[in-house]
Amino acid sequence: MNARYLPYLLILPVTLFLCLFFLYPFILVAQQAFYADGGWSLKNFQDVTSHWKFPISFRNTMLLAAAVVPVQLALALLMATMVTRMQKGRDLILYVWTIPLGISDLAAGIIWLAIFEQSGFLNSMMSGLGVVDRPVNFLSYQHPGIVFLAIALAEIWRATAIMLVILVAGIGLIPKEYYEAAEVFGASPWKRFTRITLPLLRPSLQTALVLRVILAFEIFAVVAALGGTLFPVLMGETYAYQFDLLNGGAAAAMALIILAISIAFTLIIMRALRVPKGATI
Amino acid sequence: MTFGYKFAGAAALAVTMTTGAAQADVLFWSTQAKPVEEAQAMREQVLGNFQDKVDYQPNDGGPWLTRLQAELQAGTGTIGVLGALHGDFSAMNADDLVDLSDIGVMSASDTFNELAKLGTDSAQYIPWMQASYIMAANKKALEHLPEGADIDALTYEQLIAWAANVHEATGEAKFGFPAGPKGLKHRFFQGYLYPSYTDGVVRTFASDAAVTAWEDFKKLWAHTNPASTNFSFLQEQLLNEDVWIAFDHTSRLAQAFNERPDDFVAFPAPAGPTGRGFMPVIAGVGIPKTAPDMDAAKALVAHMLKPETQLATLRATNFFPVVDVELPGDLPPAVQAAGGAVAKMSGSADANPGLLPAGLGAKGGEFNRVFVDTFERIVLANQDIRTVLDDQKGALEAIMNETGAPCWAPDAPSEGACPVE
Amino acid sequence: MNAETRSSGRFLYTASVVLLCAWVIVPLYLLLINTLSSPETVNSFPKPFWPEFDLGSLSFFAGFEGMLTALKNSILVAAMTMVMSIAIGAPAGYALSRFDFPGKGLFRLLILLTRAFPLPLLALPLAVMFIRTGLDDTVFGLALVHTTLAIPFSVLITFSLFSGIPIELEEAAWTLGCTRLTAFTKVVLPLILPGITASAIFAFVISWNEVFAAAVLTIENRTLTAFLLQNLDTSPLHLKFAGGFILVVPALIFIFAVRKYLFAMWGIANR
Repeated sequence: MNARYLPYLLILPVTLFLCLFFLYPFILVAQQAFYADGGWSLKNFQDVTSHWKFPISFRNTMLLAAAVVPVQLALALLMATMVTRMQKGRDLILYVWTIPLGISDLAAGIIWLAIFEQSGFLNSMMSGLGVVDRPVNFLSYQHPGIVFLAIALAEIWRATAIMLVILVAGIGLIPKEYYEAAEVFGASPWKRFTRITLPLLRPSLQTALVLRVILAFEIFAVVAALGGTLFPVLMGETYAYQFDLLNGGAAAAMALIILAISIAFTLIIMRALRVPKGATI
Repeated sequence: MTFGYKFAGAAALAVTMTTGAAQADVLFWSTQAKPVEEAQAMREQVLGNFQDKVDYQPNDGGPWLTRLQAELQAGTGTIGVLGALHGDFSAMNADDLVDLSDIGVMSASDTFNELAKLGTDSAQYIPWMQASYIMAANKKALEHLPEGADIDALTYEQLIAWAANVHEATGEAKFGFPAGPKGLKHRFFQGYLYPSYTDGVVRTFASDAAVTAWEDFKKLWAHTNPASTNFSFLQEQLLNEDVWIAFDHTSRLAQAFNERPDDFVAFPAPAGPTGRGFMPVIAGVGIPKTAPDMDAAKALVAHMLKPETQLATLRATNFFPVVDVELPGDLPPAVQAAGGAVAKMSGSADANPGLLPAGLGAKGGEFNRVFVDTFERIVLANQDIRTVLDDQKGALEAIMNETGAPCWAPDAPSEGACPVE
Repeated sequence: MNAETRSSGRFLYTASVVLLCAWVIVPLYLLLINTLSSPETVNSFPKPFWPEFDLGSLSFFAGFEGMLTALKNSILVAAMTMVMSIAIGAPAGYALSRFDFPGKGLFRLLILLTRAFPLPLLALPLAVMFIRTGLDDTVFGLALVHTTLAIPFSVLITFSLFSGIPIELEEAAWTLGCTRLTAFTKVVLPLILPGITASAIFAFVISWNEVFAAAVLTIENRTLTAFLLQNLDTSPLHLKFAGGFILVVPALIFIFAVRKYLFAMWGIANR
């Protein structure tokens, strides 16, 4: 087999598959975004961006991603390094930490709403402990900060495991000898983490971050459950255009805007965490 | 290669699965009776005794519409009968629905039958069941009613005073309003607040009377549970007593009455300066032109309109019959409570019934959005009422001019598109 | 002194592990309480912190016609999605990590784009295509769509893991007489099995929890999620929790079943 063609042969199945089941419908939908009033135009983009809710939902989506993703990254790194140090019970602890992977965003919304609502578990606990004398209304428009915090917590709970699994698998590939050598030279645990784990984990870090950031821009179900109509996000607006307003063109335009934001961030992350050629172990 | 084998294996498995599936059932594709208990009751009690087996599948609006559009575009389908609200049907292309004029059944209301023509000359769907929006209260709230107020003939002023009294007595805002993502708040503005204060919806959208209406609504909002922006089904908040007084769709209050019938009362919506505005909800059954078995589909539509089916539907969904039928005495508590409140509401001396928006076609969603946006800007974002109304007026005008929809009651009739004055 | 810091470090470490476990489990425990409570308790305040073992809500679903068929369909779709996404995705991950070829950057970006565009918007053209080709309402057809969702995960995870395996290892095998293929199967494959398991978990979970495509593309052959979850948010509270619980359990069992494979390779990796 000619080695020059081998990579192309290897990516051929994916390419064909995605062309058929993603690219083809995508092009049909994307066309709609640029089509309005019987001709090609940017009217759909102007319409959606000039709506008064657009800046709010844009800001909310960005704020949420900015608040959630770094915490998740730190938490996932912490959990992954803790797991590697573990002597016994590693399987079980790791299993527990990966549980949220299996929980859909809809179910996560239901669970966290049961905690934060006015007659929910958090209020039950606080009134049981005598911290408050009557239930507090956390998820109301008077407390936008708490609503934001609740959504962020639910997202951190639900989606940290995605990064954790990728990072744990990546850490497993770092040869033990590196750490042993570092220990011989008296490197502190922190030094070992920053000088060995982090650099060698770069490919996994890149993957985990890119996937997580892209998914963060698509957040919807958890926000709808906890924030109600108080916390509009881009994806929620997209669905509203598509299914409430029956305006496919505007929905497609919104989706393309989200896509553009995702591409921009993906490129930034890929560049920042580039895996230098020849530097792999 | 392994990949090839696995792929072939999966494909072979899929083929066996397909051939195993039977296609004889009539698929009833519905946006109504979605809650799992209602869906189950539809299957067992309403559709169980139909001649053919019926596959009743309720869906959210998104998948419902997407599947339907896909079948229409592909020109072939599996959906036999559609069940949806008037608004869902009016957003469809009339050509995609089978003409049901010759089916031999219709509702007892000429108004409903006229709406079901969707602006054409023939029935595009058949009215199936009806409901309305009413008020419900926990009996603990009754002692706080303002002096001289009759719960069956409340005014908005008295309602605000009542909610304020409860707020003061309990320290909590206990009025509940369905302002959540799936809440039906827009219908309150279109069918209740506007008719009661301005005797119109479109013409009077930005009138001075409308400013008063929004001012009063803001007063009510001050005593409204601030988590209302999360509420879509007030029965939950009535049951857990986060809310004592609530406005919602009859079927979205039903669980409260059925679980604790002695704890709650149902009563008519309040009246404003121009009468007691209220609005019906109509769901209909229709047949898409791609239905695989047209005769079975038509038979099912006819089945849905039979008096005994209509009663079974009432028990299953808390939606009332659209044909003349005597209601038996042993109905569930929720049905009795809601039925009484609706009867008082429509029979009241100052009744000012509104119709459902008509002639808006696919713009129905945008029409609703005008009201929801107005609410969110005035009430949640605390923007100046006059400014917001003048601003939103442009959006409303654009919708009316684009669709050319004439005015509907309580707006005075118009030549051509209904003007925003 | 040193021993003291070590023991307090030890304590901090154990405490954090316990705390993080609690952080994951407590919300699930609360779901369990609500699932095993009577409707009155679910609506009451204050809420109990101990389940009363009322099986009413769960038994309602047990009597639901078609649950077992839907469960079977869900498992079938998820299994097919797993097999296809790995079979199709892993070769591409290998190619990305081992070769420099023109168009590589674009290819990677294209793969990622599939996750950055919402599926509900693509469902209409997909459904039309499926109806026309006869893939509509088949378990296989739905698995194809779910594979599209899972492929970015399988390509990128396998890519990052292959990148972590030194090419020298493979080159050494070549000099010892292995062909490219045997070097791959004998040296590389065992090393990345944990990664394959990780992407299998993703594929399974993605397929299991996907609602929209499942609701649109399956009619007779509904999956459990399309059957249960999509109408859950309009259902009464106690059924909402019980339904959510029923959906969570199989996913937990699956992750539990494969966890061994995910980390059993540890010893080999830490060569």
